[in-house]
Amino acid sequence: MRHLANTWFAERLGDRGIRTTYLEDHHPAHMPCLEIIRHDWLHAAEEARRLEMRLVAVWAAEAGRHDQDQGRKHGLYAYMAFAHPEHRHALLRTPLAADHPVLPSIAGEYIAASRMERHMTDMFGITIEGSPDARAWIRHEHWPAEAHPLRGNFDARTPLPANPDGGDYPYVQSTSHGVYEIPVGPVHAGIIEPGHFRFLAVGEQILNMEERLGYVHKGIERAMQGRDATGGAKLAARISGDSAIAHAWAFSQACEYAADIEPPRRASFIRGILCERERIANHIGDIGAICNDAAFAFMHMQMQRLREDMARLHQELFGHRLLFDTIVPGGVSVDPDAAQLARLKAQTGAIAAEVERLRSIYADHPSIQERVIGSGTVSIDDARDIGLLGFAGRASGDYPDERIEEAYPPYDEFDVGIARGRLGDVATRVWVRFEEIADSARLIAEMIEGMPEGAIRAAWQAPEPGVSGFAAIEGWRGEIAAWVRFGEAGRIDRYFVRDPSVINWLGLELAVREVPVPDFPLNNKSFNCSYSGNDL
Amino acid sequence: MLRILRQIARVGTITEELGPSDAFEQTGRELEAAIRKRFAGSLAIRAVDAGSCNGCELEIHATNNAYYDIERFGVHFTASPRFADMLLVTGPVSVNMKTALEMTFDATPDPKLVVAIGDCAANCGVFGRDNYAIAGAVSDIIPVDVVIHGCPPTPTDIIRGILAAIEGRA
Repeated sequence: MRHLANTWFAERLGDRGIRTTYLEDHHPAHMPCLEIIRHDWLHAAEEARRLEMRLVAVWAAEAGRHDQDQGRKHGLYAYMAFAHPEHRHALLRTPLAADHPVLPSIAGEYIAASRMERHMTDMFGITIEGSPDARAWIRHEHWPAEAHPLRGNFDARTPLPANPDGGDYPYVQSTSHGVYEIPVGPVHAGIIEPGHFRFLAVGEQILNMEERLGYVHKGIERAMQGRDATGGAKLAARISGDSAIAHAWAFSQACEYAADIEPPRRASFIRGILCERERIANHIGDIGAICNDAAFAFMHMQMQRLREDMARLHQELFGHRLLFDTIVPGGVSVDPDAAQLARLKAQTGAIAAEVERLRSIYADHPSIQERVIGSGTVSIDDARDIGLLGFAGRASGDYPDERIEEAYPPYDEFDVGIARGRLGDVATRVWVRFEEIADSARLIAEMIEGMPEGAIRAAWQAPEPGVSGFAAIEGWRGEIAAWVRFGEAGRIDRYFVRDPSVINWLGLELAVREVPVPDFPLNNKSFNCSYSGNDL
Repeated sequence: MLRILRQIARVGTITEELGPSDAFEQTGRELEAAIRKRFAGSLAIRAVDAGSCNGCELEIHATNNAYYDIERFGVHFTASPRFADMLLVTGPVSVNMKTALEMTFDATPDPKLVVAIGDCAANCGVFGRDNYAIAGAVSDIIPVDVVIHGCPPTPTDIIRGILAAIEGRA
């Protein structure tokens, strides 16, 4: 782990005449936060853009215990985080007026900020000045006016009453006679999560596809408040069930940074193995599903079989088919013995070998190649513009990988292979996934061979009230960014998490322009964004 | 093509044999008989995610894999509630999905069965009832025939629950 704070960005901001103050009092040395004045908010984003930094997230929080203790008079703060391949993440914040909070939009610099800013408006009632899209996002039409769930005075314990006068959501429309609309969802045709897609199509071609999400909003950010770290990790594992390991790890690491606790080395190795297994299982499932959407059912059945083999071994060794609740603050809750690790290694190797055999069949099968090659392209420029994450980014010439950028344990001891795709179509996204399965299998073998002895869990000791921590974990979809702040008695008083889907959903919208409508499903599967992780 | 055939031959039939010792397979056999009787050999299911974390969806998918192969018993998943016999509902019902779930239920022709899948569908699970964004458990919104517990339930549990729903309504 690089225990270096990012002073580089503060110096660059200083060069531009933007004054920054280190908030060392309530952010541990791992990831300090810089405070700037609101007037400099947009300038700081412009400078980050000029420095070719990637936007990680933008969010808000009411003042914490430290802010009150320090006599800071502001009740609300906006935060943003940036990443650079050669430096650690940088966090900035600015105070807002609690009664009429106003913040300039940074969407002109980073378009991916737009939905996160809409989320801030919905949750806190913050007015975003100069926003390119002022529509509500998570807040659906039937919500009562002035309901902002993350404000302290909001009644969060009773279901929202329905407001029949909410009107309709203004979708992007076309007045052209040649354009017709296809509404899809929220209940989809397959066994998948709910969300609405509005297609504008001309003949067979998609002119525009607009996503309307928020249907599975479960109030997770608010439900985190008041939980202790152990309870929080349980909820974090269920932010997106297919990324239970990655989300629980992001949450736990943010807590550990805040509490200045380092998990034992053995625990980090086990976390790494579990996370790479999760990556393999999801890539395998999705490759099969993509092929199934192009009527290549053979591949689907083969991949589903391999995925089931993995789930069964997980049940046997770790007590859960999807590995829920195996990562806890301070370490892990499972401690496989040598024989179990040997089985895990043997199965991982056997599955990787099977996948390679199936890959050669996939590569030589013209009917599937015809569908995936050249379909749903996201250009390198677009990918970097929106900051496309994970395997989708790596298919489009954008290569952020937190296992390398943040190099958290155990990845500080291993070389992570990066598949560097450039074409950005479905075929390249599948290619990256195949490459990642092979690389994850290699990593698992190396981790098992080098497995250290020792404890699997450091005693959890909650930090004092007001302390926060930030972590970025490379889940199978890409970077999960998590920020936690503790309140009284070790209870969480704010948890913000940005699933990679928040950004990668934009990639899907870009990809399917000019794609025939029947190719939408396989494009959608090639990204497989999480609805639950986006809606929180 | 030859390689596909070779792969199929190499893997062989992995679908688990029906046998009295295997609880799941027993379930399967009973299921087949019950569906033959009441749904003329075919049961069409519409899956509705009303707010799940997608863990339950992964396990519903798994009932279709070659080990469980739920289709061999005449059970299949359909794309529309209009020709479904049963709704499989997952998740605590979010405030934002309540209307869609009610409309899906109304769109399903009678006689219909509802199976609530997972701890969240049963009692809102880890997300809690005292939550502004949760409208309630599935049974608070639409009538439920069978509840399957688990976070998520295993594919075997899910198939067993489908059987219970059919058995309960003569």
